[in-house]
Amino acid sequence: MTKKDKLQADLEGLVKKWKDKKGNLIMILHSIENIYGYVPRETSLKLSRLLNVPLARIYEVITFYNYFKLEPPGKHNVSICMGTACYLRNADSLIEEIEKILHIKEGQTTKDEMFHLDVVRCLGCCGLAPVMMIDEKVYGKVKKNEIVDILSKYVKEEE
Amino acid sequence: MQKKIIYLRDTDSAQQDRINDFYTLFSNELRDANLQEPVQLVKIADIGLYEKGITVKILPENIVYSGIKNTDVKRIVEETIKGNKIIKELLYEKKSKQMRAVLKNCGYIDPESLEDYIAAGGYKALIKVLLEMKPENVVEELKKSGLRGRGGAGYPTWMKWNFARGMNSPEKYVICNGDEGDPGAYMDRSVLEGDPHSVLEGMIIAGYTIGSSKGYFYIRAEYPLAVERVQKAIDQAVSAGLLGNNILGSNFNFELEIRLGAGAFVCGEETALIASIEGKRGTPHPRPPYPSVKGLWGKPTIINNVETLANIPKLIAGGGAKFASVGTEKSKGTKVFALTGKVKNSGLVEVPMGITLREIIFDIGGGILNNRAIKAVQTGGPSGGVIPQEFLDTPVDYENLSKLGSIMGSGGMIAIDETDCLVDLAKFYLKFCVDESCGKCAPCRLGGYQLLRILEKISEGNGELEDLNKLKKISYAMQKASLCGLGQSASNPVFSTIRYFEDEYKKHIVEKKCQAGKCKALIYFKIHPQKCKKCGLCMKNCPSSAILGSREAGYVIDPQKCIKCGVCFDVCKFKAVMKE
Repeated sequence: MTKKDKLQADLEGLVKKWKDKKGNLIMILHSIENIYGYVPRETSLKLSRLLNVPLARIYEVITFYNYFKLEPPGKHNVSICMGTACYLRNADSLIEEIEKILHIKEGQTTKDEMFHLDVVRCLGCCGLAPVMMIDEKVYGKVKKNEIVDILSKYVKEEE
Repeated sequence: MQKKIIYLRDTDSAQQDRINDFYTLFSNELRDANLQEPVQLVKIADIGLYEKGITVKILPENIVYSGIKNTDVKRIVEETIKGNKIIKELLYEKKSKQMRAVLKNCGYIDPESLEDYIAAGGYKALIKVLLEMKPENVVEELKKSGLRGRGGAGYPTWMKWNFARGMNSPEKYVICNGDEGDPGAYMDRSVLEGDPHSVLEGMIIAGYTIGSSKGYFYIRAEYPLAVERVQKAIDQAVSAGLLGNNILGSNFNFELEIRLGAGAFVCGEETALIASIEGKRGTPHPRPPYPSVKGLWGKPTIINNVETLANIPKLIAGGGAKFASVGTEKSKGTKVFALTGKVKNSGLVEVPMGITLREIIFDIGGGILNNRAIKAVQTGGPSGGVIPQEFLDTPVDYENLSKLGSIMGSGGMIAIDETDCLVDLAKFYLKFCVDESCGKCAPCRLGGYQLLRILEKISEGNGELEDLNKLKKISYAMQKASLCGLGQSASNPVFSTIRYFEDEYKKHIVEKKCQAGKCKALIYFKIHPQKCKKCGLCMKNCPSSAILGSREAGYVIDPQKCIKCGVCFDVCKFKAVMKE
């Protein structure tokens, strides 16, 4: 199956599952984001036809919510928590450190598409502040000088 | 021998190294004692304690040992596991001032097992309601209990339910608000993950009471485990006949579905949440009409917070009067707080209403990190305010907190010490609200932005005294004119920090000084010539080559080149670098 066919099949499956439920758009977008890591423009276009909803309305929803992304994420997603507890325990210094190491700013992906950096609001483990999450793994009580080692583990894995 | 489970957790660190060592130690000891079969060893992600060293919990006896060392492992296996004896000196002392009602089951039952929940007394309330009570009796019981919404505003739950019950409509909805967006709070997450059936039971009872046959769980997508467990609980309840048609043989039908939030703080607001479930942008609508009259898809709807719903089963099973026996005159029952910030033991605490802030922070939280002085307590997240330390002996309830200019909120409680700058804190919360403002109404969209600009101006050392008046004026306008709770309360952190810490603002404005050393533009780094041992570590680490000198002559910082990153301050082993 080509990539295009797969996309079509994925979408049709999703739409079939949700079509008869009221207020389905956000749930369908969640599923798309789960499959691709972002919402590609062509899926939105197709979705608009399948659901008979104007594209503008789909984009209106995507851009309103922080959770939906329009750009593909990096191979590894680095999230730094800036919830209150982490903020009080100097999470901003972690962000500075990562920005320095990876030469990217918040919301950007490195040139080699290896890391994407996000600043998030509360990962819900304030007891471990400051918290950093890489993909699904949570690092608690992170110190500034530990970051290089943690990141290089991921680089090594690739090699 | 009876089957046992040992839970293992490193409460100091999320990193796995240390806990893996202990896991190996335990499994070796168990192997040597030939106990691998009956004893199960599990590394778990949260044991309910924090900063207490390596902690083990032994089930079914529920013995908790904390701060254990390598040498204790053998003793634990021999004396407690084999000999059924409790080792007193390792025992973790229970935080006695807590009172667990909502969190009673969390950590004690398997959240993925319906049987466990039933064995702990679950679904008894539902049976009682369906077999013995009419909807009006449930409302009556709620009224007696004095239960108020735990999501923030503290609206009496019985009134909400009664309004919706009185509406004549064939379609009504029950919504559980699990969009816990307040940074620094995670009570709802813990309940949904640790005891999902209790929330389910609360929702089914709510459905019966108002005459609804459909409910929605609205949960943050950032809580995948909570979503998974709630879905599992729904599936279990369906197959056990606790959801669906003719529940428990009655003529009551009810179904539940999960809808995911997508990262928008404003969706915690009732009308915005409804818009989001309908698949739209989460922008609020003016009230009235209230959701209990015209809510989801234009039908009467009640929206309750996770913690409120989790209170319902116990309240019904034990009776409203019993529930009301705990708490203060107008605030009944218990409240879960996420105690974080500069306290020694951060974590979730559940306390009876009416306990003082001091008891929560010092007796339960163990006091302030590094034994520094406490400056204030922040409650209610971005919609709340700060309470200075002179009011720490205030009993916690809805009225008292709002009198002090803060709110109960959903339950974030953050301790602030002398090294925190309140101007910076107000800026932090405001930035959050500016980011999260949906943009629909002008007071919130523009007011928040202007407040933030003034605060930035002050923290950069360009403030004028007139700015304080401007801050107050804009804050007041936002409170009065914003469309929804987010805008009305967004200025609370500014308002309350000015109310109690005007001097600190004035220091920033007049003396251009930030005592806490947080506002970068107002601090300077200096090397103390007597304390300096001329090691050169600061110069080596300085990223902007702002440190000049040599090992013979000593070192100085060039203020023109200094970018105030604080690296020199962090690396100096002799405390010779000073922040001013």
